[in-house]
Amino acid sequence: MTVRIDQDRCIGSGQCVLAAPDVFDQSDDDGTGLVLSAEPSAGLLPGVRHAVERCPAQAVTLEE
Amino acid sequence: MTEAAVCPVHQERDHPLHPPVGFPEAVGDGPVRMLWPNSVEAWIVSSYAGVRQVLSDPRFSTRKGGQPEMRTDAGETVLDPDQPGNINGIDGPEHMRLRRPLSRGFMVKRMNELRPRIQQIVDEHLDVMEAKGAPADLVTSLCLPLPSLVIAELLGVPPEHQELFQATAGDLFGKNGSKDEYLAHATRLAEVLAPIVAEKKAAGTNDDMIGLMANDTDFSMDELIFLCIGLLAAGHETTSNFLGLFTLHLFEKPDQLAILQRDPSRADVVVEELLRYTVGQLGGSGLIRRATEDVEVDGVLIRAGEWVSVSLMANLDEALCPRAEELDLERDAVSHLGFGFGPHQCLGANLARAELQIGLRSLFERFPGLRPAVPVTELRYRNDMITYGAAEIPVVW
Ligand code: HEM
Ligand code: SF4
Repeated sequence: MTVRIDQDRCIGSGQCVLAAPDVFDQSDDDGTGLVLSAEPSAGLLPGVRHAVERCPAQAVTLEE
Repeated sequence: MTEAAVCPVHQERDHPLHPPVGFPEAVGDGPVRMLWPNSVEAWIVSSYAGVRQVLSDPRFSTRKGGQPEMRTDAGETVLDPDQPGNINGIDGPEHMRLRRPLSRGFMVKRMNELRPRIQQIVDEHLDVMEAKGAPADLVTSLCLPLPSLVIAELLGVPPEHQELFQATAGDLFGKNGSKDEYLAHATRLAEVLAPIVAEKKAAGTNDDMIGLMANDTDFSMDELIFLCIGLLAAGHETTSNFLGLFTLHLFEKPDQLAILQRDPSRADVVVEELLRYTVGQLGGSGLIRRATEDVEVDGVLIRAGEWVSVSLMANLDEALCPRAEELDLERDAVSHLGFGFGPHQCLGANLARAELQIGLRSLFERFPGLRPAVPVTELRYRNDMITYGAAEIPVVW
């Protein structure tokens, strides 16, 4: 399980932070998404899947 | 290519909170061709998957010019396609250049920091409403002032400029005004903003949007001014109309209102469902793109150069959630398209969420017996292509 954000695509919308606040944050420099925990525990996965689905830039991936 | 019906754009509704008459049927399983009043033909896409595809596929451009977008009764388009700072009308790296620095100003944590101030503005307005007594007009008491005060604060408009700023901003959003009127108002707002920008530049601050744009970006003055106008335009009437429409939907569905009142701490989830449903029921078709290559969408070949108009009626597609036609405030938040999708998804979404959550929750906590003084179907609604909402909402409690 690896969570990644494609920084080139990210528009800094923060949808990932809303979906899984324990897994994502936003950079203070430009608001782009940051992965806090690239290997999140099973309990956090539903939120990560929402982030994958809701990221408007389709920049969040979860490799299972 | 599939032959598809040409359907007129019209906005007559048999119920003010339901889609325009005949529109869902005309759009059907989509995509269909639709003729705009300025005689440009556009595809209309309204399925959940189709809308996500069009809004996120870089082969659909948002660059305008001769587009079917309507702003005035004459079908004139208001914006010069090359207007500097028109964030909604540029693609790819050019768009990113503007969007990234702005995103910083709308970060989730920034919006959370702003919540106490939003709560204060809401409380002050509800205090006045309560003191004056019923009946009150919800639109002027809360819906309109809330977003415009919040955006002025976020931009960093100093208190001494507030009044002129609010008045000028208000003039900018008249219904279907002519292009000349719009440009005159925009010029006046630019005149109001110019000295504010100069002050921030001199101070070198970046703790509000104007300061951030003035001191931390390579934006030109023209870009900066137009971005301020754009933020105002986009953030002003949308949020106020939605706060009003949410309340009206809840008046019409007391069982749903009871769900919010039982547990106001779920205001965040409730607002997501209200957004999904309200945007879907509006049945608007205002998001415009143009194919730069041939692309297949929902089994239809859209040719390079053709216009596509996206309908967020997609929020009522069963592919999104079961019983999508129903408002169900008990459901968990779903991945709705109320703020669009793709790189142009609403920049102000997290701000709008905070305002709607705090506004709606506080309104019904303060006035648990709030109800309409006039039937919802008899109110006057303001209707243009960009925003739709009740002009007045007389309430008692
Ligand atoms: C309930 C309230 C709101 C709704 C339903 C809403 C909806 C939308 C939608 C659907 C789009 C996508 C347009 C497109 O794809 O072409 C959008 C874009 C935008 N919105 Fe909002 N909006 C709301 C509030 C706000 C607020 C409060 C602000 C700012 C303070 C704002 C600023 C913007 C901007 C700047 C864009 C253009 C972004 C871009 O093109 O990159 N909106 N909005
Ligand atoms: S949801 Fe996507 S676009 Fe938004 S901040 Fe997260 S990764 Fe970036």
